[in-house]
Parts: sequence; C-alpha cells; structure tokens
Amino acid sequence: MAERERLNTRQRGTVFVPKSQLLSPEEVQRAVRRMAHEILERNEDIANLVIIGLQTGGICFAERLADVIHEVSGVDIETGTLDVAFYRDDVTIRPVLESAETSVDADLADRVVLLVDDVLYTGRTIRAALNALADWGRPQAIQLAVMVDRGHRELPIRADYVGKNLPTSQEEAIDATLDGVWIGTLVKK
Amino acid sequence: MIDSIAGGNLVSLATLSQRAIVEVLDTAESFVEVNSRAVKKVPALKGKVIASLFFEESTRTRLSFETAAKRLSADVLSLAVASSSVKKGESLRDTINTIDALGIDAVVMRHSSSGAPVQVSRYVPHVRVINAGDGQHQHPTQGLLDAFTVRQVLAARAGTSGRESGSELFAGLKVLIVGDIRHSRVARSDIEVYTRLGAHVTVAAPGTLLPSDIAQWPVTVATNFDEALATADVVGLLRLQKERGSGAFVPSLGEFTSTYGLTARRAKLLRPEAIIMHPGPMNRGVEIDSQVADSSAAVIEQQVRNGVPVRMAVLYLTTAGATLESDPND
Amino acid sequence: MTNSTLVIRGGLIVGPLESFVGDVLIADGRIVEVGPGITAPSGAVEIDAAGCWVGPGFVDLHTHLREPGKESAETIETGAFAAALGGYSAVVAMPNTEPALDSVAMVGYVLERGKSAAVDVAVAGAITVGRQGSQMAPIAKLAALGVRLFTDDGNGVQDAGLMRRALTYAQPLGVTLAQHCEDESLAQGGSMHEGASSSKLGLTGRPAIAEELMVMRDIELVRLTGCSMHFLHLSTERSIALVIEARAQGLPVTCEVAPHHLTLDETACETFDPEFKVHPPLRTASDVAALRAALRAGAIDAVATDHAPHTPESKDMAFDEAPPGMLGLEQAAGLTLEALGGAGADPQVFFNVLSRGPARVAQLREQDVRVGHSAHGGAVTVGEDANLVVFDPNASYVVDRDSLASRARNTPYHGRTIHGRARATVVRGRLIQLEGIIQ
Repeated sequence: MAERERLNTRQRGTVFVPKSQLLSPEEVQRAVRRMAHEILERNEDIANLVIIGLQTGGICFAERLADVIHEVSGVDIETGTLDVAFYRDDVTIRPVLESAETSVDADLADRVVLLVDDVLYTGRTIRAALNALADWGRPQAIQLAVMVDRGHRELPIRADYVGKNLPTSQEEAIDATLDGVWIGTLVKK
Repeated sequence: MIDSIAGGNLVSLATLSQRAIVEVLDTAESFVEVNSRAVKKVPALKGKVIASLFFEESTRTRLSFETAAKRLSADVLSLAVASSSVKKGESLRDTINTIDALGIDAVVMRHSSSGAPVQVSRYVPHVRVINAGDGQHQHPTQGLLDAFTVRQVLAARAGTSGRESGSELFAGLKVLIVGDIRHSRVARSDIEVYTRLGAHVTVAAPGTLLPSDIAQWPVTVATNFDEALATADVVGLLRLQKERGSGAFVPSLGEFTSTYGLTARRAKLLRPEAIIMHPGPMNRGVEIDSQVADSSAAVIEQQVRNGVPVRMAVLYLTTAGATLESDPND
Repeated sequence: MTNSTLVIRGGLIVGPLESFVGDVLIADGRIVEVGPGITAPSGAVEIDAAGCWVGPGFVDLHTHLREPGKESAETIETGAFAAALGGYSAVVAMPNTEPALDSVAMVGYVLERGKSAAVDVAVAGAITVGRQGSQMAPIAKLAALGVRLFTDDGNGVQDAGLMRRALTYAQPLGVTLAQHCEDESLAQGGSMHEGASSSKLGLTGRPAIAEELMVMRDIELVRLTGCSMHFLHLSTERSIALVIEARAQGLPVTCEVAPHHLTLDETACETFDPEFKVHPPLRTASDVAALRAALRAGAIDAVATDHAPHTPESKDMAFDEAPPGMLGLEQAAGLTLEALGGAGADPQVFFNVLSRGPARVAQLREQDVRVGHSAHGGAVTVGEDANLVVFDPNASYVVDRDSLASRARNTPYHGRTIHGRARATVVRGRLIQLEGIIQ
C-alpha cells in the first residue's frame, strides 16, 4: 500500500503530482512477469499460495501476479485484499486513514501467504499487515512482493520479490500502478 | 457543514455534510468485515480510554457502544452516573471534570437533557464527545445506522456493495417516518441523514406529535397515512413514549394505534419491497403489530446488528487519529 | 463623604423636555446650582463630564438581590454595587427570595439592610403568601410600610379569580400590581421560546401565547377593577401592542422590557449555553425589532433588568435543568443605548426609559422616610435630591464575566463589546462610582 497512502492519498487533502516516469507500462509488465516466475520457482506447491493485495496500491499488482501465475502454471490462485488502516502504529500522530475493503475468504492456516504492495518504504505498512494476518490464524510462511523498493526502511523488513529498486529522497513520492511508475511530490489540494 | 468527523466530535447530524456521512457509512463497511472474522478485534484504539457515560440508562445502546469500543481495543470506563453523582445534585461540569481527571480520550454520553453533549464538549474541549442520545435533540449513531441499514438492503438488491453505491441509492428514495416526531431525537437524526443523502422524507403523526414549526422542516407532512404507506420505500416507526400517550398528546394508546399504528391490516398497503424499521425498543401492539415486526419486510434485527460496526466507525474516525489540524505532514 | 461637594462639569444635562451643556453643583445631598460655568467652592470634587450625558440616576424596577436565601449568588450589598456600576441610584428588590417578601418582617428586613447599601433599595412585596398563588399576602400592611409595587414575579398569578380579588383589594391602597405574564399551563416544562430553534434543538418551548394570553386576561381585569397594573418584562410584539392599545383606552397600565429581550433572540440558545435561558424566553428576531421600535417610539415605560444572579454551579447544569435568569445591572444602560440606536439616540428617551419612567412606576419620585429612600427620576434642577448619573455614550468596553461586581457571573454578554457606560454615579449627593470603581 505503500507510500502513496502512507504519505497521503488516503490522508485528507493531498494529491500526488507526477514529475517524471521511471518505468513504462511495458517495463512494469515485464517486472511483474519476472516476479511471477520467481514466485513459482520458490513455491513448489503453488496451489498452497494465497495472494493478498494491500489496499489500495497493492491490489492491481496482486491480481496481475495471480493472473500471470495462472497463465504459466494453470493453477487458480486464491486472492484477497487487506486494509491495514486499523493496525497502523501511527494512527495517533496523524489524521485517521480512510479505510478500504478487506476480503480474506481463504483459511490461512498452514498456507503460504504472499503479501503484495506497490511500494516498500519504511516497512510500517508491512508490519501492520503482519499483525493483521495474525488474526486469521497461523500461515506456514508469509512472503512479500513489491513493485518498487525505494529504501529508507525504519523496521527490519525486506521484500522477497522486488520489481525494481529505486533509491529516492524522502522528499519525493512514488506512484506505482500497472500504468507505470512515476516520481513526483505530494501537494495540498 | 463539516466534511468529516475525523478527529472531531459527533454531537449532531445537523452539521454533517453528505460527504461526512458517506465516510462513516463506508468506514462501517470495513467494520462489518472485521465483525465477520473469527477474531473480531483490531488494535486501532489500543491505549485509548473511552468513558461510557449514561446519565439515562439504555442497556442496548450502552452495550452496542461498549462492544464497538472493545473491538477497537480501547479501554472502556463504564460509569453508571444515573445512580450516583447527579442525584446528589452535582453539576454537569463537575461530573465531567471528575471523569476527565481519570484520563480519558473520548466520552460516549447519553443524557435526558437536550444539548448536554454540546455543553460537555465545551467543558472538556480536549476530549472527543460522542452523543449516544440527548433528550429530544439528536441520536446521531441511530440515524447513521438506520441509513447504513437501508443502504445495505438496497445495495444487496441492486447487486452492488454499499461502498460502491455511495449515496446514489438514496436519490429520490421515499422515506416515511411515523409517530412521535415532536419528542423524538431519532426522528431529528433520521431526517437529517436521509435528506442529506438525497432521500425524500414524509412524516405522519397526529398534529400534537408534530413540532409546532413542522412547516419549516425539510419534510412533507402526510395528509393521508394510508396513501403515504402505499408509496413508501422505507417506513421508519418511532417508539411512542407511553407516558406521552396518557391523555397529554393523544387521547389513548388505542386511538393512536388505530390511527397511526402499523397494524397488520395497514401493512398490506405497503409495496412488497418496502423496508420497515424501528429503533427499538418496540411497543408491540402500539406503534407496530407483532406479526409486522416479525415479517420479512422488517429489518429491525439488522439495525441492531449494524449498531456495532457503525459505532466502531464513529469511534475510529473521531478518536483514533489526531485532529485534522495537527497533521504532522503539514 | 456624605456632605462633600461635587461639581459635574461640562456634560449634556438631560432634562425631561430639553437638554443643554452645563455644570451641576451638588452639596449636602442636593442639587444646589445648575448652569454654565459654575464656580466651584474650594475642596469640591470635580467630575469631568465632557461628551457625557448627565441625568437622573437610573432606576431598576426589576432586581433580584437574592437576599435572604441565596446569598451565594448575590447579596443586597453586592447587588447594589452592581447597580452603582451600571449607573443606577435606586433598585426595586423583587420578592422571590427565600423566604419570600410577603410579610412585614421580611420586607422590613430587606429595607433595613438596604439602608446601608450603595444605592437606594425599594422593595416589591409578594401578591400571594409565599408566592404560592393561593392566598393573598398582607398587601395593606405592606402598603402602610411604604411598599408601592406587588408581584409574584418568577411566577404569574395563574388563578384569574385570585388575581381579580388582589386587584380589587389593592385598588384603594394606591399601589400597583405587577405581573410576570406566563400562563403555566402553556409554558410549563419549557426552557426557551417555542419556535424554529426549539424544535430543532429538541427543547420544550414556552410559546409566545403563554405570555400574551395572560396580558390579555390582566388587561380585562384592570378594566374591571380599575387598579393600576404594571406588566413585567414583556417580550413579544403582540404583548406590547396589547398594552399600547389598553393605555390608549385610558386603562392604568404600564410596561417594561428587559435589555436581553432588546438585544438577543432565540437563536442564542442554539449553543445550549444555559446563560441564555431566561423566563420569559429570548424571542424571535422580529420580536426584538418590534420591541426596539416601540422603545424608540416612547411606547415602553421602562427598561428593567430582571437582574437574576445564579451561582456557577447552578448554571453548569443541562439547559433544561438550569435555572432561568441572567445578570443585567452592569450592562443594561449600554444595551438600552444600543437598542435606541447607539450614541446618536435621543438622550431624553434614554433617560425616560431608564430613570424617569421606572421612577414613576415605582412611585420613587418623592422622598419616602418610611422606607428611607430619596427622590429619583427628577429633572436635574436646583433643590432636587442629587441622584445622578454621568453616562458616556461613546465609551466602549468588553464584558468580562470574571470582573463583575455581582457575586454571580451568569452574564450572556461575556466577550461582547458594549457601547456606552456610566462614568459616574451619584446617590444622595455622594459619589458612589467613578470610572468603574466603587468609591
């Protein structure tokens, strides 16, 4: 869910203003395909995988990964969405986030859960997601896939699959969708 | 008009914009999902202390709020003030200051006097105040959960989700509110929320149970109750306070039932898809017949069920975050 | 100090018919010289009144001094200080104390305590015993003691038969009965005006008709009995019209309005702040406009404060549980000026409604040794008792509830800028208040 939201899209009154494109839509698609192959390589029992997209930026990548894995392996992958607004550790220091839909129908016990997000930044979203998942039971393992890793980690969290490493400054913001990856800034509406 | 209750109080629906109302409804959708989980609890209000202050007892509303607070991981101080300080003549300010001294983040309060939560919000401006019903003034969470319930029913019929539908299912919706409008905080909150979402509200009651300036309200007064029933999409009944039925405002409960009760006979006038609502507790046989209350058109239990997610949404939005003005990203 | 000599220098001296700039020399409690360029005797205290209006000290027909019974809210002493700061030289103490002023002993107690107060304290007696509305109080005995006004204020006398008997009984005594007009069967349980605001707020209303119906009833009772009657704190357009009509028919009726009914309307209650709760309630904006128009037209006999002190703890209750009433004495003159149109208002009308009119209603125009008060509401001429106020119509200040002379702080005007203030108050020739400081 990343930084788009962490920094503001779901916080009130700011909007992302793009500056330049870092990855084209084609480059994003290639990166997703590569990640799908890595996921297949690492998970022999692919039917045991559940893909959970983080609201809202991770959803499109989660769906796309599930599609590509299905194309390649022929296996239907269970998917879900997870909103971590209620699990964040920074709720008291900033206005509340607007919440989005959580939908985890699968029983996660003994499954391998693949969390998918658009941008990995401080790691706090992922920490919140790990806490949230604990309420659904005890998965066999949890893996993490992100389209962009932009650095500046504040917690000991790393991604298992990365679409692109993009070192950035903290003043900048990243917007990553299937339509491409952009760098820009957040400004007040 | 306020565009979001985030970081603020909820004392009345009269000042909330459509956007603020839809935000609560959408947030409540998230909490419906939380309530469907095996572990029905999220840490959003961990470390927060919420005082539940019922100057007027209402077990159902208090339990609904306290369940909501606990599912958000808040600590709940439940104080039965009705039986303690007030009887000793303590002022409202002293009572609230004493409770504030225990260190609270929010207060959920019910009071028999209109406006008491507004006064409390002035006495303790650093505490979030959530009105759980004040006198004949407002019952904001009831209004919100009524609207939420209507949206849920209509969205399911339309094959969409409440969140996707926003406010569009309310456009032109005919809502009929029946009974003691004059003394009802539920009616005042319902009228605010339905009209703001775009519905058309009609009221039906004997003249003595209508406010004296009803002509200035954004509602239509039904001249013929049976006709109004026949065209209504939603029928909201109100509890007739029995003490008001004893000759002061209507000649008798029996006369009220025969003129404005939703009897089994009258229920036949309803369109098949009409939704029947009641905030509870019902006077079966007075404003509503038992067989109507238990029919499939009645969503009364669904209203009660929705109380928890809607109140979770209200507590989360008002109390979880900092105020909008103190955004550290600014 | 009683025998000190004062010169009020260079003010606009406002007589009943004409006004002129000049000086007023006061000695031994009386006005000894009025005119331009008075040579002051050595040792005289000079008061600069340039730009000010100099006229008879204000008279409040409607002051709740709370003593005996509620001394935590106000005492005769503190209430009199508030009056002096407001420019008043005399107040009429209302009888709804605990116990009520319904006996020779209770009235005597207040008159005695009043003799040492900063301003003259007259007393209104109760019409019925304990203000219970069932049995007549000893009106003749109290009249013999010097009581000129009788009222059950706080309540209206609900029983028409009893009211008729009281008027019939009082008529030959030369006293006036004053009514708090609200029919309880219509107003009971209400805490604000019944109208758009009350129905939005879910507060039970006190409808205008509750007041107007009693005004109508009492006008007919005056017609029947011939007793003079004063209508307290009228608050609706229709009430005023009824009294004007009755007066035109030659009936002996007078009326007062309160400063808050001239300056605040029902919407003030939308904050649910009990400081705005008062009986009769704050009415509609159009009532306020009608009251102001009647006041300017000279149709109102008096502006009377209904100064009603309450302790903070009693006003910190829920709106419908809090007692009605608000402070008035310290701000009334400025608010009256505002209602009359500000500094450009006619100073004669101003002194008519704040001093000469109420002094006439309360029969305070003559000295009365029985009750120990001097003459008020005079013409500012040589030989009169020196009860005077120097009022600056151009002064302005912000009301601060924490710096009032009253023991209570329940003013609805906290934070409001008021234009017009009593610069000096002289009672029986003695400078009681100067520049907001009790002397």
